[in-house]
Amino acid sequence: MKTPAELKYAKTHEWVRFTSETECEVGLSDYAQDALGDLVFVNLPEVDAAAVKGETICDVESVKAVSDVYAPVSGTVCEVNEELLDSPEKINSDPYGAWLFRLTDVTDTDDLMDAEAYISCCEEEA
Amino acid sequence: MGSYIPSTSAQREEMLKEAGFETIDDLYRDIPDDLKVRGGLQLPEGCSELETDRIMRSLARKNVVYDSVFRGAGAYRHYIPAIVKSVVSKEEFVTAYTPYQAEISQGVLQSIFEYQTMICELTGMDVSNASVYDGATAAAEAVSMCRTPKKTKVLVSEAVHPDVLKVIRTYCWAAGDEVVTVPVCDGKTAVPDFSDPAVSCIYLQQPNFFGVIEDAKEIGAAAHEAGVKMILGMDPFAMCLLPSPAEYGADIAVGEGQPLGMPLSYGGPYLGFMAASEKMMRKLPGRIVGRTADDQGRTAYVLTLQAREQHIRREKASSNICSNEALCALTAAVYLSAMGPEGMKEAASQCYAKAHYLASELEKAGLKRRYSSDFFCEFVTECSDPEGLNAKLAEKGILGGLPVDGGILWCVTEMNTKAEMDLLVKEAAAV
Amino acid sequence: MKTLFERSVSGRRCSILPACDVPACAPEQTREKQLRLPELSETDISRHYTELAKQTFGVNDGFYPLGSCTMKYNPKINETAAGLPGFTDVHPTQDDAQGSMELLAEAEKKLCEITGMDAMTFQPAAGAHGELTGLMLIKRYHELHGNTERNVIIVPDSAHGTNPASSAMCGFKVVNIPSAPDGCVDLEKLKEACGSDTAGLMLTNPNTLGIFDKNIKEITRIVHDAGGLCYYDGANLNAVMGIVRPGDMGFDCIHLNLHKSFSTPHGGGGPGSGPVGCKSFLEPYLPDAKIVCENGKYAWQARGEESIGAMRSFHGNFLVVVKAFTYLTMLGREGVPEVARNAVLNANYLKHLLEGTYETATEGTCMHEFVLTLESLKKENGVSAMDIAKALQDCGIHPPTMYFPLNVHEALMVEPTETESKETLDNAAKAFLDVYAKALEDPEYMHHTPYNSPISRPDEVTAARHPVLRCQIDD
Repeated sequence: MKTPAELKYAKTHEWVRFTSETECEVGLSDYAQDALGDLVFVNLPEVDAAAVKGETICDVESVKAVSDVYAPVSGTVCEVNEELLDSPEKINSDPYGAWLFRLTDVTDTDDLMDAEAYISCCEEEA
Repeated sequence: MGSYIPSTSAQREEMLKEAGFETIDDLYRDIPDDLKVRGGLQLPEGCSELETDRIMRSLARKNVVYDSVFRGAGAYRHYIPAIVKSVVSKEEFVTAYTPYQAEISQGVLQSIFEYQTMICELTGMDVSNASVYDGATAAAEAVSMCRTPKKTKVLVSEAVHPDVLKVIRTYCWAAGDEVVTVPVCDGKTAVPDFSDPAVSCIYLQQPNFFGVIEDAKEIGAAAHEAGVKMILGMDPFAMCLLPSPAEYGADIAVGEGQPLGMPLSYGGPYLGFMAASEKMMRKLPGRIVGRTADDQGRTAYVLTLQAREQHIRREKASSNICSNEALCALTAAVYLSAMGPEGMKEAASQCYAKAHYLASELEKAGLKRRYSSDFFCEFVTECSDPEGLNAKLAEKGILGGLPVDGGILWCVTEMNTKAEMDLLVKEAAAV
Repeated sequence: MKTLFERSVSGRRCSILPACDVPACAPEQTREKQLRLPELSETDISRHYTELAKQTFGVNDGFYPLGSCTMKYNPKINETAAGLPGFTDVHPTQDDAQGSMELLAEAEKKLCEITGMDAMTFQPAAGAHGELTGLMLIKRYHELHGNTERNVIIVPDSAHGTNPASSAMCGFKVVNIPSAPDGCVDLEKLKEACGSDTAGLMLTNPNTLGIFDKNIKEITRIVHDAGGLCYYDGANLNAVMGIVRPGDMGFDCIHLNLHKSFSTPHGGGGPGSGPVGCKSFLEPYLPDAKIVCENGKYAWQARGEESIGAMRSFHGNFLVVVKAFTYLTMLGREGVPEVARNAVLNANYLKHLLEGTYETATEGTCMHEFVLTLESLKKENGVSAMDIAKALQDCGIHPPTMYFPLNVHEALMVEPTETESKETLDNAAKAFLDVYAKALEDPEYMHHTPYNSPISRPDEVTAARHPVLRCQIDD
C-alpha cells in the first residue's frame, strides 16, 4: 500500500494535497481503492457545492456497491476532475494522481493525519 | 381441485418424516394458534381444468368484442403479425426470471439489448432502458429524472392523456413536487412561461390527447433557453412519420409501447418505453442491458449500471423500480422486426391518410372537426349525442370513438378499411 | 450470436399490410433522420428468436430455487384463459366489458378473503409499484389526519431494497432496525425506533430468512400504539396463504405479487402485477377507480377527493389478473392452504437434505425458503457463494438468490416451491452436495464455473465502466 508522505489523510480514507494554504485537491487513498475494488463510476460533486468536513460530498460506484466519499475538510468545490467520468479506472490504477475535486476557502483541517498516523489507522481497521 | 403439486401423498408422508415432523401441521408449529385461519377460507371449492376452462370462457363471453374499432385514447388496435405471438409464447421467454444470472440468460438479455437499440432508433435518442410499466409511469419516472433540490416544479400540458396527468400528479404529490398545467388553445399547447427558476421540466404529448400535432420544436427551444428540460411522450407510429423526439429537441422521450404488437387487453399488460440523451443516461430508472465479453472474449450481455438501482442504493435510489416489462419489450422488438422500416412507415402513413379520410367524410355528414390544426390518427368532432351515436354503431359491430365533453375522439389505424369508415359515416349522418 | 441488426439485409421484408385504400396524404412536419430498423424475412426472425430462447433458462428448463421469487410452475390453462379474444380484444374504456369487470370484482373478493383485507386495487403493475401505492395510502392517511410530523418508515435490515427505495419516493425518511439473533424483529429496537414521527412499518412475514415472526401481533401492536400503520410486503405469502392472514396479524395494507404466489409467469422480468389491499379505513385513499355492481351491471366509479390519484393508466395489468384468477379457480378453498403446506414441506425437506454439509443461517423449522451461508467455506477454501451458484448452473439448476438478505454473509437463499416433486428435490440435493465436495477438493475449478453455459462469467466491470447499450449500425 502506497501512502505518500507529502499528503494529508482523513480517517474516512480521503487524501488531501494542499496547493496553497487555503486550496487543496482531494482523492481516495490507495487503501480505500483497494478495499472498494474495481470502481466503475464516480458521481462528482457540483462546482460551487459546499464541502462540510465529515459529511458526504459525492460517491463512487463499483459493480455491486455504492460508497460515500466524505469531505475531509470544509471548503467550496471549485473544480471537479471530469476526466474520471470516462476513466474511473484511474482511481484504481493511480489513486494519488486521480484527484476527485478541488476545494477553495479550506477550513477545519485540524483532524487531518500525516502518512504515518494514517498507516496505523488503516492497520487498526484491518 | 388442482394445485400442481406433483409429490404423491405417500411421498409427502415420507418427506415429512425424513425432515423430522410428525404431521403436516407441525410445519406451522411456530405460528401462534390464535392467529391461524379457522374453518377454512370462504372461497368456492377448487375446480378441475375443464370446469375452470368453462368458467373463464363464460366470463370472456360477457365482454363485447368489436370487429371494427374507432377508439384509441391511449390504447390502440393495430394489426399484430402472426410471428409476434409465436415468438412471445416461447416458454423460455414466458417463464424465465429477471436475467441476473447472465450465463444462462443470454437470450433474454440480447433481446432487451436489441429492443433498446430499436427504441433509440425510433426516438433518435442516445440511450434506452429495458422498459417500465406503461406510458403513464414512464412519464412520471421521467419527471423525477429532472428533479433537483432547487427545481421542484413540473409543467404539464393540459392536452396530455388524463391518466398520464393523473399519474404524474400522484407521483409528484408523494415526492413533494408541484405540478402546474399549461393551458391549451384550439387544441394545441400554448408556449408556456418558463421564467420560474424552480421549473425543472415540461411534459408534452405528441400528438396530444386530442390527436393534434403540437408545435413541439418551438416549445422545446423555449424550454432549453430557460434551462428547462423537455420530456416528450410520443406515439411510436407518429415517430416514423413526424420528426423524432430527438428532432423535436426532447431531453427524454417516453411513451406507450402497446401499439407495438400488444393487444388492447382491457388496459394491460402494456409497455412504457424510455430513452434519453447520453447526459441523462445515469438518471434512467430500471434495468439497462449492456454488451461486454466473457473471460474467453465471447460477446456477452449483462444487466449493467446497477449501482443506480434500488437493490444497491436502497433509500438513496431515485426510483424503486425492479422489474421491467421484459416480455412486452420482446413483443415490441419482434413486432418492429416483422414490420421493418418500410412497414412501420407504411402503417404510419395509412393511419394518417385514413384518419384524414374519415375526418373529411364525417365533416360532410355534419360532424364538424373541433380543432383546426393538423392531426395524426385521432381527432375530435362535435357530436350532440355521442352516447346515442355509439349505441347505434355498436349494433353494427363498431366500437365508436371516446365521448369527450360534447364531442367524440375518433381514432383510425391501418386496421380500418374504407368500407368500415363509409358504414360509420352513413350511421353518423343518420343521427 | 448475431444481432437482428447484423442479420438485416437491405430490401428484405415480410408482407404484412395491404395497399392503402384511401387517397394518400402527408403531414407538414416530417422526420428527417432515416428510420433504421432491421430488414428481415419471417424465417430470419423466427430462427433468431428460437436461438435466443435456447439461451434462456425458464422454469421448464429445470429446478429454479430462486429465493424470495417463488418460481413455481406456470400452469398452461392460465395462458389459455388469458389468450381468449374476449379478454385480449377489449378496449379499456368499453363499458360493455362486463366480463372483465366481473372478473376484477371477483378476484378482489377472493384475494381479500385470502389476505384478510377489505378492499383492493389492481392498478399496480409490479410488487415495487404496489409498495409505492401502499406507502402512498399511509402518507395520505397521515396527511388527512393532520399528522404532518409522521415522516419515518421503519424497515428491518433484512428487507428487500425496494422497501427503503419506495419509502424515499414517498418523501419518507427510512429508519433501519437490526434483526434479533433468531432473524426476527428485535422488539426492543422496534420500541426504541417508534415515536411521534413514525408513519409506519414495512415487513414481510415470513421474513427474508424464511422465518415466521411469532411476535407479529406484538410488533403490529407496538407500531399502532405509536400511531403508525403497518404495511405487509406480500412477497412471501406463498408460505402461509390459507394458514394465516396478514389482516389478522394486524396489518393495515399489503401488496401481493401475482407473479409469485399466484403462478403467473415472470416473463424474463415482467409483466407482473402487484395488487394492493387495505382495511376499510384506508379504502377511500386507494387509486381510482373502483368497480361497483348495481342490478347485475358492473361499472367503474371514481373514488373521490381523498384518493391518492392514479398509479398507472387504465386498470393495471389485466391479463395477469386473468391468469391469477384462473389459478385461484383451480385451487379453491382447499387448494390455497395445500399449496402453502407443500411449499413449506418442500423447503424443510430440502433443507434437511443439505444440513450437515451446508451451514444454514437460522435453526429450526423454516417456512417456504431457507438461507445458506458459505461464510466459513469462503474463509477456509476461498470458494464463494457466487462460485457455488455458478457451479449449480452446470448441474442444470438455476442458482438460488445470491448475497441476499444483506445481513447474512455469503448468502444463498433457496426456495424450492410446491410444484417440485420429491425426485427433483432429491436430485437437486445430490447436485448441491456434489458441488460442495468439489469446492473442498478443487477451489480453483470452482472460480471458473460455469463450464457448460453459452458464456462463462461476463466482465461486468468493463460493462459498467464503458457502457455499450445499443447495437452499432452501419449506414
